[in-house]
Amino acid sequence: MALLPAEFAELEPFGDWVLPTERERYAKRLASSMAELQAFYDAAFPLLGRANAYLEGFGLDNLPDPERNLLLLMMSLVLVSFPVEVWSQPRVPDSGAAYLDLVVEPKV
Amino acid sequence: MPHFAKPAEGSWTQHYPELSTAPVDYTDSIDPAYYAAEKEAIFKRTWLHVGRAEQVPKTGSFFTKELAVADTSLIIVRGRDGEIRAFHNMCRHRGNKLVWNDFPGAEVKGTCRQFTCKYHAWRYSLAGELTYVQQEEEFFGLDKADYGLKSVRCEVWEGFIFVNLDPAALPLADYLGEFGKGIEGYPFGEMTEVFTYRAEINANWKLFIDAFAEFYHAPILHMKQAVKDEADKLARVGYEALHYELHQPHGMVSSWGGMSPPKDLNMVKPIERVLRSGLFGPWDKPDVAGLDELPAAVNPARHRSWGIDSFHFFPNFMLLLWAPGWYLTYDYWPTGVGRHIFEASLYFVPAKTAAERLAHELAAVTFKEYGLQDANTLEATQRMLGSRVVSEFPLCDQELLLRALHKVTADYVKEYRDGAAAR
Repeated sequence: MALLPAEFAELEPFGDWVLPTERERYAKRLASSMAELQAFYDAAFPLLGRANAYLEGFGLDNLPDPERNLLLLMMSLVLVSFPVEVWSQPRVPDSGAAYLDLVVEPKV
Repeated sequence: MPHFAKPAEGSWTQHYPELSTAPVDYTDSIDPAYYAAEKEAIFKRTWLHVGRAEQVPKTGSFFTKELAVADTSLIIVRGRDGEIRAFHNMCRHRGNKLVWNDFPGAEVKGTCRQFTCKYHAWRYSLAGELTYVQQEEEFFGLDKADYGLKSVRCEVWEGFIFVNLDPAALPLADYLGEFGKGIEGYPFGEMTEVFTYRAEINANWKLFIDAFAEFYHAPILHMKQAVKDEADKLARVGYEALHYELHQPHGMVSSWGGMSPPKDLNMVKPIERVLRSGLFGPWDKPDVAGLDELPAAVNPARHRSWGIDSFHFFPNFMLLLWAPGWYLTYDYWPTGVGRHIFEASLYFVPAKTAAERLAHELAAVTFKEYGLQDANTLEATQRMLGSRVVSEFPLCDQELLLRALHKVTADYVKEYRDGAAAR
């Protein structure tokens, strides 16, 4: 069963990044190695612009499941961009035990 | 030589002579007796921001607010007449907490027709009247009219709900003063897509306001968030605000912000280039009325490089308006002299497309990455202040709002203590 729209089949191997809440996405980032984060980023980042253009044709309120999954996957990419583009580690440097929980989040 | 003009007195700080330029004593952030006085002098007497009108959209919508700093819990509810009211969250029968689920200390929200106590089923209307007493005939001359919920002053400004535990307090609009009037008309009501972050911080509440009331730290603490060349330039140049203004007890700083969109795309990270968003928010302004002609108090210097205004409403509420058309709020809820709960909410005009939604997501995530660095640094500050090795610290002109915060706090505490001594 495909998770994503057929046009984005090449991202199916990264389907475990389709997570409905920021808390789950952030936990997965922290639990991943840099190699895993880099592999996901390298696969998804080149498709980000195309995904935006593709999703433009759908209303945000009633996204079909594959399109919703694509959006959630790209939300994970946003989170993963920080370790890959700036930190070189999954966690924010010098953040120690500090946390910020997202307790209210717009629905997708 | 400053990059931006300063007042004729030579500095922003000297423009407000009541502030002095002497080092500031931070014992106010570690002394338990001082914190106890702050609770009485400030948090039980000033207007406190507890939420937005959108959180109680219809009749019976409610949320509870834990106010450890004022030793109470409140219910905020919209009544049948559309009014938003606040009550102490306490049953009048034997004092049980009226509204809670599972954990008595946790905040809850929902919608109801009335409030029913879990203990003996006493019931209260949305307006706080006691409407039902279980086995009423067993009581002794009990008149239900005498046992309504204890109400708390509750007023709404531009959709922001405030409470005040002091029945004699001035009206909210008077308290918010010049800044309140000067911001009215900003399209807050259009910005209903909300991200709320929450954390318990092991630092005094004033230390986090300190951190967010100056941008002097940004080029240094957050250096790694910018691309290398940009980070080097920011650190070399340092930080200067466009404008500072105090209308005590409140204050504001107005800042430039060249990153939305950036002058040069190479200044920003790859994800920002694709999503057209970043720390300063989405680069593309939403299409709503009220963003082109900003209210008078916003961008007071009318500077073309304007990026953000940060208003501090004493004691614990900050409101940040960003040039690209979104806003951010900070609330700092003390739970002890060295602890508080920090809440930050980002408000956007609701996304219509996935691209807009992802632009908001990037702004929110960027905020979190910065915020984690800020939050952790505060614990390091609190620990060393606690050593009392040094108590007095020099503050620079870009730290004017910190100086004002500690001064105003001290003024409230002194007035309260003097009054208590006279009683």
